[in-house]
Amino acid sequence: MSDAALDTPARVALPWRRDWAPGLLILGWPTLVLLGAFAIPALLLLRVGFANHDASGLWSGGLTLKPYAAVLEPVTGGALKVSIGLALACAAICVVAGFPLTYAITRMGRQAQVAWLVLLLATLTLSEVLITFSWQVMLSKRVGLSTVFVWLGWMDEPDSLSPSVGAVVACLVYLVLPFTVLTLYPGLSRLDRDLVQAARTLGATPARAFLTIVIPATRGPIVSAFVLASVLTIGSYVAPLVLGRPQDWTLAILIARTALSGQDMPSAVALAMLLLVTTVGLVLLAARFGRSRLERA
Amino acid sequence: MIGRTLLTVAALFLMAPLVVVAGVSFNGSSRMSFPPQNPGLRWYATFFGDPAWTNSVLASLTVAVLAAVLSLSIAFPIAYAGWKHGGRLAHAVRTLGSVPFLLPSVVVAIAFLVFWTAIGHGGKLEDTVISHGVVFAALPIAMLGLGFASVDPALVQAARTMGARDGDVLRTVVLPIVRPYVISGFVFVFVLSLNEYIIAYMVAGFSVQTLPIKVFNNLRMGFQPTMCVGAVLFTLVGVAAFTLIALVGDLPKLLGGKA
Repeated sequence: MSDAALDTPARVALPWRRDWAPGLLILGWPTLVLLGAFAIPALLLLRVGFANHDASGLWSGGLTLKPYAAVLEPVTGGALKVSIGLALACAAICVVAGFPLTYAITRMGRQAQVAWLVLLLATLTLSEVLITFSWQVMLSKRVGLSTVFVWLGWMDEPDSLSPSVGAVVACLVYLVLPFTVLTLYPGLSRLDRDLVQAARTLGATPARAFLTIVIPATRGPIVSAFVLASVLTIGSYVAPLVLGRPQDWTLAILIARTALSGQDMPSAVALAMLLLVTTVGLVLLAARFGRSRLERA
Repeated sequence: MIGRTLLTVAALFLMAPLVVVAGVSFNGSSRMSFPPQNPGLRWYATFFGDPAWTNSVLASLTVAVLAAVLSLSIAFPIAYAGWKHGGRLAHAVRTLGSVPFLLPSVVVAIAFLVFWTAIGHGGKLEDTVISHGVVFAALPIAMLGLGFASVDPALVQAARTMGARDGDVLRTVVLPIVRPYVISGFVFVFVLSLNEYIIAYMVAGFSVQTLPIKVFNNLRMGFQPTMCVGAVLFTLVGVAAFTLIALVGDLPKLLGGKA
C-alpha cells in the first residue's frame, strides 16, 4: 500500500455493497455488449418469425403468421419426436451411468481425481465435429469396434455400425457424459461421508447405503444433471446428421436446412422457436418433477 | 470393486475414440486402418504443409483468443459489481449474460445469423468472435463469481482500515486471490470457442473456416487422414489447457468440489 493512500483523509465510508453509481459505471461495457450482441439479435429473431419469406433476400417486411405453418408440417413433428426421444434416452443413460461413475471418482485420491477431471474436461470441450468424426472412424467396417464384436462372438463378420440410431445415441452419450459427471461432482464431493459410514456401521451393505443414503441426499443434482443432459442433446445437429439415417434427423438439422439450403429464414426461425419452447417446457417439467419428488421425500 | 470396474469401463469408453483416431493418424497409407500400418508422421507433414489446414488452425486460434478476451471483459465487471455492490442491476446483467449459453446452439446460431445479415455485416471474423464471446461468457461469469466469493471480507476490511481505496483493494487484495479463476475462465472460453461448430458455421462458415468447420466440410467429401491429425491436435490442446488449470489452480475446488 502506498504512502499516498495512507495520507488521504479518511473519506466518509459509504456502506460496502451499497453505492450504486460506481456499479452502473462498472457494468456499462457488459450491458452494452450483451444488449447489442444478444438482446437485439434475440428480439430480431422474434420479429423475423413473423416476416414474409423473400426468395432473393432473407426476409421482407410485413407481419404474417405464414412461417409458423412450417411448425404444423408432419416432417416437423417427426423431427421433433426424434429430438425429444434422443434427448430423453441420452439423458437417462448419462445419469444412470454417470452417477455411480461420479461417486467412484469422488472417492478417489486427489491426484487421481484431478487426472479424471482433466480427461473429462478435455473430452467435454472437444468439438462435436471431431468427436462425431472419431465415432464414425471407430464404427467403420475396417477399423475397430465391429472386429472386437466379432472376436467376442456378438457379430458374425465385421460390418459398418453406422448409420444407425445406436451410433447416434453412443456418440451423444459420449458428448454429454462429461457434463453429467461435472454437474453431479460438487454435490457428491461435498456429501457427508459420515452418513454413509453410519449406515455401514448399522449393518447396511455398500449397495444399500448407496441406494438409501447417497441417491436421496443428492436428488437435486440428479435432476439438474438430467435437465442439462436433455437440454444439450435436444439441439444436437452434427451427430445425428453424420451417424444417423435420414429418419433419425433432428429438429436442429431441419432448422439448419431450412435456413441455409432452403433459404427460408422466417420458417427456420419459426422452427427454432418450436425448439426453444420445447426446451424450456422440458426444463420446467423436470424442475417440477424434481420439486414434487423432494416434497414427498 | 464395482467402483473400479465402472471406472475402467468409463475410461475405456472415453479414451477409445481418441485412441483410434490417434492410431489412424499415424498410418503410412491413406487407407483407414487400425492398428496403423507402416506407422509414421506422413499425415502430420501433409497437414502442416497444406495452407488450407494451417489457415483453419490459425483462424480457430485467432477467434478463440479474441473471444476469450471479450468474454472476460464482460464477465469480470459483472462478477466484480455483483460482489462489491450487489443489487438488482448486477443481478439482471448477470442473468442476461448467462442465458445465451443455456439455449440450444442452433437457436442462438440462427439469431446471430439473422442479426449479422440484418446489419449488413455478414461473414466477417469479428462476427464469429463476438458471437462466441457472448455465448461463452456464462462460464467465466460463474467461475469469477466463485472466485470473488472466496475473498475473505476481513481482508478487505483490514485493507480499508489501513486506508486502501477501492482501486488499491482490487489490485493488492482481490486480484491475487481471483487470478486463478480469471485464468480458468479464459482457458474455458478459449477451448470451447476453438471447438465450437454450429454457431461459427452459421455466422461466417463460408469465409471464416475454423478447424471444426473444415473437418466437417471434408467429412462430407470422404475420409482423409489429415482430419485425424486435426482431431489429435485439438485433443492435445484441450488436455494441455486443463492440465495448466490444474497446475495454476485447485481444479476440484474450481469445479465446485470439496476443497
